[in-house]
Amino acid sequence: MATAEIPYQETVPLHHPKTWIGKYVFSQDHKVIAVQYGITAMAVGLVALFLSDLMRIQIAFPEFMDWFVEDYYYQSITMHGMIMVIYLLTAFLLGAFGNFTVPLMCGARDMVFPFVNMLSYWVYLLSVIILLLAYIPGLGGPTGAGWTLYPPQTITEGTPGADWGITTMLASLAVFIVAFTMGGLNYITTILQARTRGMSLMRLPLTVWGIFVATFLGLLAFPALFVSAIMMILDLKIGTSFFMPAIVSLGQTLAYDGGQPLLFQHLFWFFGHPEVYIVALPAFGVVSDLISVHARKNIFGYRLMVWALVFIGILSFIVWAHHMFVAGMHPYFGFFFATTTLIIAVPTAIKVYNWILTLWKANIKLTVPMLYALSFVLTFIMGGITGLFLGNVIIDIPLSDTYFVVAHFHMVMGVSPILAIFGGIYHWYPKLTGRMLNDTLGKWHFWITFLGTYIIYFPMHYLGFIGVPRRYYENFDSSFYPASAQLLNEVITYTALVVGVAQLLYVINLVHSYFYGKPAGDNPWGANSLEWCTPETPPGHGNWGDRLPTVHRWAYDYNVPGSEKDFIPQTVPQGQTS
Amino acid sequence: MAEAAETDQGPLTTIVNDWSSDVTTFKAVPWGKAMMWIFLLSDTFIFTSFLVSYMAVRMTQTDAWPEPSEVFSLEAFGVPVPLLLIAIMTFILITSSGTMAMAVNMGYRKRKVAVFWLMFATALLGASFVGMQAFEWTKLIGDEGVRAWQNPMGAAQFGSFFFMITGFHGLHVSAGVVYLLIVAFRVLRGKYDNTSFEIVEITGLYWHFVDLVWVFIFAFFYLW
Repeated sequence: MATAEIPYQETVPLHHPKTWIGKYVFSQDHKVIAVQYGITAMAVGLVALFLSDLMRIQIAFPEFMDWFVEDYYYQSITMHGMIMVIYLLTAFLLGAFGNFTVPLMCGARDMVFPFVNMLSYWVYLLSVIILLLAYIPGLGGPTGAGWTLYPPQTITEGTPGADWGITTMLASLAVFIVAFTMGGLNYITTILQARTRGMSLMRLPLTVWGIFVATFLGLLAFPALFVSAIMMILDLKIGTSFFMPAIVSLGQTLAYDGGQPLLFQHLFWFFGHPEVYIVALPAFGVVSDLISVHARKNIFGYRLMVWALVFIGILSFIVWAHHMFVAGMHPYFGFFFATTTLIIAVPTAIKVYNWILTLWKANIKLTVPMLYALSFVLTFIMGGITGLFLGNVIIDIPLSDTYFVVAHFHMVMGVSPILAIFGGIYHWYPKLTGRMLNDTLGKWHFWITFLGTYIIYFPMHYLGFIGVPRRYYENFDSSFYPASAQLLNEVITYTALVVGVAQLLYVINLVHSYFYGKPAGDNPWGANSLEWCTPETPPGHGNWGDRLPTVHRWAYDYNVPGSEKDFIPQTVPQGQTS
Repeated sequence: MAEAAETDQGPLTTIVNDWSSDVTTFKAVPWGKAMMWIFLLSDTFIFTSFLVSYMAVRMTQTDAWPEPSEVFSLEAFGVPVPLLLIAIMTFILITSSGTMAMAVNMGYRKRKVAVFWLMFATALLGASFVGMQAFEWTKLIGDEGVRAWQNPMGAAQFGSFFFMITGFHGLHVSAGVVYLLIVAFRVLRGKYDNTSFEIVEITGLYWHFVDLVWVFIFAFFYLW
């Protein structure tokens, strides 16, 4: 590995904005783009949070909101799911964390094609606007088909938004995929081709590895969604029958004939299951780094952690039909997909054990980011274990479409990534702004959110076991389940409202600390990875001053015997300790 | 770096170390070229999803599927010749790949005028391909009454998939023609004089990909 040659990236001139608009609005700087992505994703996420609280009120107190009719409930379900999965989690983990950490942690001055990177954000913003267009009065509101958008009901009359709502939804998804592709190509090319001297792939922090594998998954999985969106728009607008069989709807025989509704489910879940890992893998990476930094110990089994990420990524493409056990597939398919699904537990368990072994006998500092990282591990174990139940066909069939499923996926891919995102924000905010977030507010926010989510989702497992179906507008008196289920629903709703309002603490913290927070210094956590070695905090345009840093070691040299400090940054040559 | 040399040097470790080595993973590959390859990988999944959907729907179809040798035949000298038009179209597209490859070669020799004319010829061949596709669509729609939502010869999905997939491919070709012309004129004006003309190869990658996709579309629509 020669180091004498000048890396190509040092010869590429950086784009220098001349105006205020060029610097902060149409900026090509990856850090500004990260903030733009982050703010947009959080804003639209608050909308989805608001919708979920409306739904919770409706479930627990059906009499309370007369104006909240069935259609609104189904539209809220759909928008809540789609916004949370795509426009918040995917956009935040890859758009915001990806943009912020990839060039800084790889030691690059910016993404390889900053202009395309900038377009990525603006096209993403466009997709969000198109998504929200459905709320314009007179268009019939957004689609109420559920976030899986299964035909035929999605585009037949009677489903809310079967005309314009579904059109804006599909158009918005297609536009989002374009935006993601532009960003994703940048992340991958930057990681592969624009690292600094000495930064081999096997020295990259696990955050970058998580983002790398997740972006690959996105680039290979989103095409299936793109294709199904196009085909469904054609079914809707010009009357093709890709997904639509011969069907009688509201007493009328429709003009459709010969299409395959199951095909849509296959295409959707060929995207949908990798999507789970698109939001999980960056969270894995972020949490690995947080745990190592705040436990002052090297990550246990670094290479195995990398391989586990890669294998989870590969496996995620051959498990999709476990979402379709009740869809009417051939039983042998169920057998195959159940087997592959359970195999994923192996690399996932490797990661969990490695986190726990990293914590073993470590000098754990219970900072706010660390609290979030630990709560992620706990929540992910809970959600993952219920996944083993649902991965088995024979257990999945009776539990399908009950609250058990709701509890499972909210734990494993709703709450867990959100906890990792919060952890990452509390961890990197000092580098982004130069100021610390308020610790007391942070701890209040953490405990309310963490305990709240458990009060919300733990009882849902029980509700699912006694057979309460999900997506029901109203649970009427039923001999299937006891009246106490309603009491549980009320408890869940009260908690959900408290947790929802508690997010204000976090917003206040972000804004207040930006102006009045304690100055952070260059490296408040004593971390090793490259983003903490920038000459300025917050990092200036081009990140590294005159010369790119040189990397001499991996990112996890904590508490090395014989060194005077308990961390050795990546830029310190071998044989030296600081 | 020597100081980071791994102590365990099994074959797997060596492979991993090579792939994960310093600064760049693919040595001497410009950023744009790496990015184009990754984009094409993603685009491959789009076309694969289209074609697999087509296969799935066609295989489960109960209505009759039109016989390609009859639907796509063209009358020449009073005799219907099956797949005549499509053979010419395919020939033209493959030829354009040849001119593109020559343009790449000339690019690395820095012969700008030759690059320009070869890329221009490629774009011209691509445009004539799109033109013939328009003719084929006109014939299907006008003479044989095929629509995206109906098909007098049987299954409606024949028209749906045909227009959707060849249309999507035609859009790729049209975008490629524009891309080729832009790069060709920029080469001529000397915009890339300070580079090693890898942009010609990057454009070529896209163009060859579009050709390769056509081979699959050709096989699945006209030979099945």
